[in-house]
Amino acid sequence: MNGDIRELYQQMIIDHNKNPKNFRPMPDAGRVAEGYNPLCGDHFKVYLKLEGDVIRDISFDGSGCAISKSSASMMTAALKGKTREEARALFEEVRKMLSREIGKPFDATKVGKLAILAGVCEFPSRVKCASLAWHTMLEALEPTGKQVSTE
Amino acid sequence: MDLGTPWDVEKIRADFPILKEQVYGKPLVYLDNAATTQKPQAVIDTLTHYYAAENANIHRGIFCLSEQATKRFKSARHKIQEFIGAGSDKEIIFVRGATEAINLVAQCYGRAFLKKGDEVLITHMEHHSNIVPWQILAGEIGIKLKVAPINDRGELILEEFKALLTSKVKFVSVVHVSNALGTINPVKEVVRLAHEKNIPVLIDGAQAVAHTSVSVRELDCDFYVFSGHKLFGPTGIGVLYGKRELLEKMPPYQGGGDMIRSVTFEKTTYNELPYKFEAGTPHIAGVIGLGAAIDYVQSIGLSRIEAYEQQLLQYGTQKLQEIPGLRIIGIARQKSAILSFVLGEAHAHDIGTILDRQGIAIRAGHHCAMPVMRRFNVPATTRASLAFYNTRQEIDRLAEALREVTEVFR
Repeated sequence: MNGDIRELYQQMIIDHNKNPKNFRPMPDAGRVAEGYNPLCGDHFKVYLKLEGDVIRDISFDGSGCAISKSSASMMTAALKGKTREEARALFEEVRKMLSREIGKPFDATKVGKLAILAGVCEFPSRVKCASLAWHTMLEALEPTGKQVSTE
Repeated sequence: MDLGTPWDVEKIRADFPILKEQVYGKPLVYLDNAATTQKPQAVIDTLTHYYAAENANIHRGIFCLSEQATKRFKSARHKIQEFIGAGSDKEIIFVRGATEAINLVAQCYGRAFLKKGDEVLITHMEHHSNIVPWQILAGEIGIKLKVAPINDRGELILEEFKALLTSKVKFVSVVHVSNALGTINPVKEVVRLAHEKNIPVLIDGAQAVAHTSVSVRELDCDFYVFSGHKLFGPTGIGVLYGKRELLEKMPPYQGGGDMIRSVTFEKTTYNELPYKFEAGTPHIAGVIGLGAAIDYVQSIGLSRIEAYEQQLLQYGTQKLQEIPGLRIIGIARQKSAILSFVLGEAHAHDIGTILDRQGIAIRAGHHCAMPVMRRFNVPATTRASLAFYNTRQEIDRLAEALREVTEVFR
């Protein structure tokens, strides 16, 4: 099999796609945001429950490709219990990792397990998939009232 | 199926320079012909030669080049008239593509001859380009859009279509071949049924003209539209065929040069057909290039093309059906060489990426036909759409790559 493809679709990504974490609506969520990429059809909602400055609970639902769904799943796992500021900082690091130039290094220590998404930057047409949930989360955290799209 | 003289696909492939390209080090397998087709050398050369040696504006120069360009432009229009069996070249209007042609009819015919409460009947398998222009018209003048349903095979249910054809319906607009399903609609019957009630019919032929021979006279449709780039010609050029008496009574689409006979600040009189609908300098190179594309297609012959593509479709259908978990969406009995499918839990975009790395170009998504996706309850499909330069070996490579997809998503 093509090496780049294995790099992109690592087992952990396949597993998150098959059994996503925190994949459920949250009827009592304090914050909800919707992310939709109309051209490709990826469509998610991200739910947040904040307690003071801390993300007490986070979940998502909707549909999309393996990259968008696993990224969303890993995001919810990474952000539970984090402060707003930490969430904002992680968003920035992930954004940098996904949109860096092909071949350029990134600081893996800052993103933890999410480093598994590093290979996405080799597939420019798929960066929008991996980043959709993150931008949606940010809209839930810092609402502007807009529907999110990364296309 | 008899192909007549031997079909030499390698010889045909040699006419298309792009088919020699490699993608990620693998020979390109181009299976996105419903989106756009590749261009034969003859078309590329025609465009190059026009710009390198013949470029001039038409209908106005009193110099040699302009006269030559005008002649070539007119001869292309005549070629297109004969290609679709129209009665006169005045009935051939140049537009940017099928989309613009439908918008033109919706705006010019619709605003002049339809009124609030009138119904426009389409089908559930239309491309967005045959839905949205009517919705815009609905917003402007209050017409209603009605949709004839399709069955689980992806075929128009003719009985339901008939039942919907009430006295309120004042226009029918139907796709000839569905881009998302491959279904070939019984358009001749559609026209007959509508004409029994004196309702004009537009046929969207974007996916038809490159794959089957079309005669607008035989269909007796009132309007027929298609795009040049899906017929091995350039992008940005398309054709609206309209029956002369309808085009005559329709108001112009856009105002400007070429479409006028005389202009004063008080009053303008419009030019005759087809110029009335062609304001501004047209896409001259595109028109001449489309003429070259038609010459090329006719040198091979549409009946032979159709026969070969039907064989490929049969082969491809069988190969894909052998893949566990693969379900073909659109299994109409009359079908063009389009294979739209879903594969287990794998999302169309993931399939697209994996195929791309094998050099295989397919389309993943809703194919600008969201209502079709909803009808079959899928968010998106993967679509391989074939042309006469595709081969069985390419279909084998597609099938092989799809097995790799099932391996990744096991």
